[in-house]
Amino acid sequence: MRKLLISIAMLSLLPPAGFAVTAEEKGLTIAVEADRRDQGWQDSKAALQMILRNRQGETSERKIRSRTLEVQGDGDKSLIIFDHPADVKNTAFLTYSHATTPDDQWLYLPALKRVKRIASANKSGPFMGSEFAFEDISSPEVDKYSYKWLRDETFDGQEAFVLERIPRYEHSGYTRQEAWLDKEHYRVLKVDYYDRKTALLKTLLATEFKRYLNQYWRAHRMDMENHLTGKSTTLVWSDIEFRNGFSERDFDRNSLKRAR
Amino acid sequence: MISRKQLLLIFAAWLPLSLWAEQSDWRVSGFVSAQAWYFWQEPLDTIQSDSNVSLAVRPEFYKAWNEGRDSINFIPFGRVDQRDSDRTHFDIRELKWQHVGSDWELRVGADVVFWGVAESRHLVDIINQTDVVENIDGEDKLGQPMVNLSLIRDWGTIDFFVLAGFRKRTFPGPAGRPRIHPPVNPDAAVFESEDAKESIDLALRWSHTIGNWDIGLSHFHGTSRDPRFGFDTDESGALFLLPIYERIDQTGVDAQFTWNSWLWKLEAIRRTGQGESFNAAVGGFEYTLYGLFDSATDLGLVGEYLYDGGPVETRSPFESDVFTGFRFMLNDEQSTEALFGCILDLNSSSRFCSIEARRRFGAHWVGSAEVRTFSSVPMLDPFFTLRQDDYIQLELAYYF
Repeated sequence: MRKLLISIAMLSLLPPAGFAVTAEEKGLTIAVEADRRDQGWQDSKAALQMILRNRQGETSERKIRSRTLEVQGDGDKSLIIFDHPADVKNTAFLTYSHATTPDDQWLYLPALKRVKRIASANKSGPFMGSEFAFEDISSPEVDKYSYKWLRDETFDGQEAFVLERIPRYEHSGYTRQEAWLDKEHYRVLKVDYYDRKTALLKTLLATEFKRYLNQYWRAHRMDMENHLTGKSTTLVWSDIEFRNGFSERDFDRNSLKRAR
Repeated sequence: MISRKQLLLIFAAWLPLSLWAEQSDWRVSGFVSAQAWYFWQEPLDTIQSDSNVSLAVRPEFYKAWNEGRDSINFIPFGRVDQRDSDRTHFDIRELKWQHVGSDWELRVGADVVFWGVAESRHLVDIINQTDVVENIDGEDKLGQPMVNLSLIRDWGTIDFFVLAGFRKRTFPGPAGRPRIHPPVNPDAAVFESEDAKESIDLALRWSHTIGNWDIGLSHFHGTSRDPRFGFDTDESGALFLLPIYERIDQTGVDAQFTWNSWLWKLEAIRRTGQGESFNAAVGGFEYTLYGLFDSATDLGLVGEYLYDGGPVETRSPFESDVFTGFRFMLNDEQSTEALFGCILDLNSSSRFCSIEARRRFGAHWVGSAEVRTFSSVPMLDPFFTLRQDDYIQLELAYYF
């Protein structure tokens, strides 16, 4: 992170645009600015409804709640509580995320009252059987990718940067991503995910943005379409609240057992 | 032990109770389930049958106040069994008040506590008595009345336990299956001393996460949850086993090292008070292969070695055994998963194998199947009298 900040500081010393700024440098600048705008929210909580759709259009539903603690200089800490379907109720999932090394993850299994530290190298498998992988919804750290600015274009009526993101995490399920960020607020509006065979695998569309604390934009709807399987998942976020006064204690292994 | 009539009353009380809970700020969840067993071999005892069905209910009531810092959990459990009156039973799994402080937590009441990391055997786990009639895998526990204080510090969590009210292990009755022969009569239990029966048990545990390590150190002083067995005869002259409970001290360590797709695990104990002091251990690995053949399926490979230096009378079948297991997780919408595993006795080559599989149907139903087999069991192996009790279990549960 510090290294990145230094490189940004150096970038700002450069002459104005047009001079020898590479596409990679421009890409990084955009990612760092998006990250800068999303700092300082401290903690948040949200309720999340997932609607899973198969190729035949049949749907099933998941409900979870999440609590997140912003961690400066590392990935965030998050606690996810499962509410629906009923057989996974009270199951809870604690993550200390890291940008380029595997996260630390613990799963609480209420039937056995067991807290199990789980292998977390792989973040690319389906999350709760949905089209979202855990890496798609985990803490967006700058260090997770290397970047390249591809072009500017209008997307959905908004001026946008199109950014290539190459995962730096060796166990990522993607070779590359293309992300559309609007120029005004640096919000991620769309992402194309390319799989290990570099074919277009999935597309994410983020919509229904609301601004919190006069600064932080959050999408209230995310649609992920899997082009290979024809399945899709919609995430509907609600009850988003910032600065709840969470502490490290709310994200320890003891909290996992009593999370409701 | 409760009668069927009492259990029917519990079922009958269920509807108004859940309606009332709907109106109040109690949160209600849980399941009801129907279970069927089929045994394809001749039973050792003519009183036993080749099939069995049973019904179970396990609601959970939860209420929190004081911004979640105080809460009450109530989990009653009941089962009605077609053949075995000792398996028709009722238990309060949990009825506890919990208070959460800034760096401490207090729990008072009946609770279930799990310690450990291994898959094939839960060695350090000692707070609760095992509800053996539920499943021979030993993972179902009876509620234990206790006071549990946790102190949360930078250097780890210290848990103090005062355990009041010893719970005797449940055992299948003469008509029950699977069971060892002769049957165990839990009511004939013998305690080493008045101390063993009445006194209060104490336990202490330190647990901590240091980087990739999750470590626990524990000590238990009290009445052993694992009984030894003696022989006796009833009025008709029929032989039965009686459990003998002794005062023990048990020190345990459990550790897991998590590295990429690897989990390395170790549990070890030293126990004194049941004859000569002895050690036991279980350790091994779990390695996960992700996205098998470009699918969403994960395959977990589990290998564990089990050692038990305990006296033969505690009837641990795991003196020197190897467990191998394969866990398939389809990561699909129905959360389909299956675990295939075998424990092989290295001395006698006897083999205990099991398959467990489950799948969700719709939003509320879960179907599961279990197959357990006992093969090449020699006469001196504690599994010997289970040799005719291979079975398949089918269960359908409704979660709410």
